[in-house]
Parts: sequence; structure tokens; C-alpha cells
Amino acid sequence: MATFFGEVVVAPSRAGVDDEESAEEACEETPEDREIRRELKKKREIDVLWTLKSGASSEGSAGEAFVCSKFIIAMGHNAAAFLSSFILDSVCWEVVGVVKLWNEWCRTSNTTNVLPTDSFCLFYRLISDPTVFLCQCSCYVAEDQQFQWLEKVFGCMRKEGLQVTILSTCPVADYKTQESTLTLPSPFLKALKTKEFKEQVCCPLLEQPNIVRDLPAAVLSYCQVWQIPAVLYQCYTDVIKLDTVTIEAFKPLLSSKILKSLVKDVSESTKILKKLLTTNETHNNIYI
Amino acid sequence: MFVPCDRGGDSASSDFKGSTLLVPAVSVGNVGQLAADLVISTFDMTKVGYFYTDCLVPMVGNNPYATAEENSMELSINAEVYSLPSKKLVVLQIRSPFIKNKYRPFCQTLLSWVKSSKCARVVLLSSSHAYQRDDEQLLGTPLRYLLTPDLEKAVGGLMQELNWKEMEKVAAYPGINDTEKVLHIPGGGITKLLFTESCSKGIQMAVLLKFCSEGDNIPDAFALVNYLNEWLQLIKSEVNTSSQWKIPSSWRLLFGNGLPPALF
Repeated sequence: MATFFGEVVVAPSRAGVDDEESAEEACEETPEDREIRRELKKKREIDVLWTLKSGASSEGSAGEAFVCSKFIIAMGHNAAAFLSSFILDSVCWEVVGVVKLWNEWCRTSNTTNVLPTDSFCLFYRLISDPTVFLCQCSCYVAEDQQFQWLEKVFGCMRKEGLQVTILSTCPVADYKTQESTLTLPSPFLKALKTKEFKEQVCCPLLEQPNIVRDLPAAVLSYCQVWQIPAVLYQCYTDVIKLDTVTIEAFKPLLSSKILKSLVKDVSESTKILKKLLTTNETHNNIYI
Repeated sequence: MFVPCDRGGDSASSDFKGSTLLVPAVSVGNVGQLAADLVISTFDMTKVGYFYTDCLVPMVGNNPYATAEENSMELSINAEVYSLPSKKLVVLQIRSPFIKNKYRPFCQTLLSWVKSSKCARVVLLSSSHAYQRDDEQLLGTPLRYLLTPDLEKAVGGLMQELNWKEMEKVAAYPGINDTEKVLHIPGGGITKLLFTESCSKGIQMAVLLKFCSEGDNIPDAFALVNYLNEWLQLIKSEVNTSSQWKIPSSWRLLFGNGLPPALF
């Protein structure tokens, strides 16, 4: 396209389909190309490995579906750290599953001994009430893997009586508002809920024209379509790394019906938050 | 797949037999989608279902057509179906781009839904890169139409009366052989694929498109809905039709936030 200054630039097309190119590619694809495509597709497949009661690992789709009443999902390092600080511990919760995935941005493994800054996706279950599940997803799940994640995780759960809570973060620069984002007191929380979610939310709802993308959007869409009560708490923050201020922005959720009964000792939380800060600093170098 | 909002109750709200289905193509300037927004917003169309698919990038947000506090809290996803039974009109709104390599499966799913829902006809709202026009296309109207053979029989005459211009075919090998002509809709996304598939599947489809460039595409959206209106007469066209289309509340802040006062 030509700009007003007369220079010709190649504009990215919102059409998303370079139709002529793709059609030609399809005709010229050799068996080797198809093989490469197949291998790449296989490499990008997600594996959800559940550890059953007996301790044996199995693929997600085998066996009976889990009965689940509450499913709390934290996406991103800060949301995951919030759950680590205020909810999770090794006494009340057991690890019951892990996601193995690879994409251009990250790779996870099936180790459960992870640092807050690692890329991982782990599932926990409350020992005293095995219908309560929690997920920390600190890895980037790419566009073409999000649907797979949904189907493989939710496919293992019975949907009756299920309620989902999602915690996520995103840059405050993405927040659309009449004022400038510079003047906004960040971090702040905004919520989105499905039609079936009837409880009180802990913060204002996210106003149009703001939208949510990626895995949080995929999970919420799934819940909306299949009529599962679900709420997403999105924290808008100006810090991209692990940060205690951002983590603490989720604190209003501790008084919500879902998390109230799961909160652990306050002194424990303070200790863990401090530890998080030092872990973070160890990984810092001279570059911000 | 189509998933109705209302599972229990009567299925009348998702009975699309004999209706006109409007579908936007995700194309240059998002003109089709903006036009669909205008139609849904103006007629206050009711959401009747979701088009649940793994082919589109996921996204959610609150009701983009909210007019008051009360109706602003309904969640919307990336592909939803709206209905206006009084005009036998159904709109599928698509709000995000395709996931890589998923546009073909999407076309197949869409067309098989079109067939199974027994819609009378489909109108695909689209756009094409303005900079790819040839000398003749630079003059005159930037709006074009296409009809599948099955729809040509029904409404071909009407297009002649309206003095509409059919989308020109271009040479398959320009400069080398000018006799072989093909349909070429650069920037039209899945428009060409949907159209050619509809031709071969006997679906009654019309494509309405506008030549445009990326930028402020609101005027292009208005031009396209007015074009659509010339045919479907959704709004009486005696008065100035442009002023009768209602802009949805979600069209705010399309070009960014407010500026920090400290800048000045």
C-alpha cells in the first residue's frame, strides 16, 4: 500500500490468509513437506499426564473423568505465585497432573520441582476434598495449542457442579480507556464472568472495548458455550516479571466464596513472598 | 459447530430455515465485520448461539452492543450468531483471525452448517485491497458483487436493475496470456475459497465487497451496509440511510487511549 508520503510499504493483511500463496503451496507440497508438517504438528501436541491415586501415571483420556466442583487456574508467573503464596502448600495439596508441551517460546517438562520463574503447568488436588483442583500454568500456550489444552484438561472432568476461577495478568498498556494509562493506578483487577456465574465478583467488570485473549479467553469461551459458571480475574500491571506488588493485587480474591476456605496462614504467605523476591533477584542480571 | 444459547426451551430461536445469513469475511480493514456490527447493533439483534470452533483465535469481552448498564455484562466470544426473525435475518459475527492453517477446515465447517441450517441464501460481506485495482477499477464505484450460479437465477436480474458492478476476473498470467481469466480477491481472506466452494456445492451465496485500504474503515463499513441495503431493503432508503445505522458502543477508542496531559 502507498502511504501519504508516497512510499510503498507492505502492510500486514488482517485477512490473515495469503490465499494465492497458500493455494500454490498446497499444490507444490512434496511428500517431504507433508512429512515435515506432520512432524511439526506432532511436536506441538500437548500431553496431559495425570497421576492417579495409585501413583501410576496415565494419559489424560484414559480412565474415568474426575469429579470436580472447583477448578482454580492461575495463568502466568504472577498469578501462579499468588496461589503458591496464599493457597498452595505441600501438606494440604498433592500434585496430580502435569502438562508437557513445546512451542517456539517455551518448553515444559514433567518435573514437579519447579522455580517460580520456570515454565511449567502443574495440577494439584486438595487432599481433604478431592473435588477441588488447582492449576498453575506458567508457560505460554500457543494459539494452535490452546484448544488442545482445553479439550485435554476439561475432557477429563465431569462438568456437572463445576465452577471455574481463572487468574491472569496482562500489560496495563493493553487497557483501553479514555484517559492515558500513565495516570491509572496500576496494578488493578478487572473481571469477566460467564452467564451461569451468579456469585459476587471481587472487582469491577472489564468494560468494552477491552477484550481478553490467549488461554484465559479460551477457557472462559469454553465455559460460556458449555454453560459452566466461571469467572476470570485479570490483573493489569506495568511489570512483566515476577513482582510482589502484582501478586498482592490479587488479594481481594481471598475473601471470595471460592478461595475463602482455602487460604493458608498469613505468616506463611509473607515468608513465601519474601522468598519469591530473592529467587527473582538471583535470576536478575544487569539487563532489566 | 453451532451451539444454541438456549438449550432447553423451544428451538424456534435457532430455526434458520429460509433466512438470509450474513457472514463477514475477515478481510482488509475488517470491513465485513464492521458492517456486521452495524447490522446487529442497529436492529438490536438477539444472540441465539455460538459458533464454537478451534479455527479462530480465542477472545472474550463484555457485550459489544451494550446500550445500558443492565445489558453490558453479557459475555461475548469470538464467533456468535444473532437473529432477527421479523426480517428473517441471521448474522454470524466473527471477531478474531484464523489460527495458522485452519482457514480451510473453517470454511468446510461453515458451509456444512449453512447447508444443515437450511438458510435460503448467504451474503458474504468482504473487502479487497484498493491498491491492487487496475486502471478501470480505479474509476467509478469501489463496490462489487458476485453471485453463485444458484443465486444468479434468483436475483441476477435485480442486480442489473440496481446497476451493480460484478467483480471482474483478471488474467491468470498477466502479460503473457490475457485470455485465461480467474477470480482474484487479494486481501479478501477466505472470500474466494468460500465463493468457489459454494458454487460447487450449489449454495446460494452472494459476495458483496468494497475496495479499501487499512486505516479508518468506518466509512467503508457504512458504504458496505448501504450497498447491502440497496438489495435487502433492511432500512427504508427514502431518507438518508447512513444516519440510521447505529454505531455499537464497542467502537470507542479504536485508535488508542487518551493522551497523557503531561505530554503538552
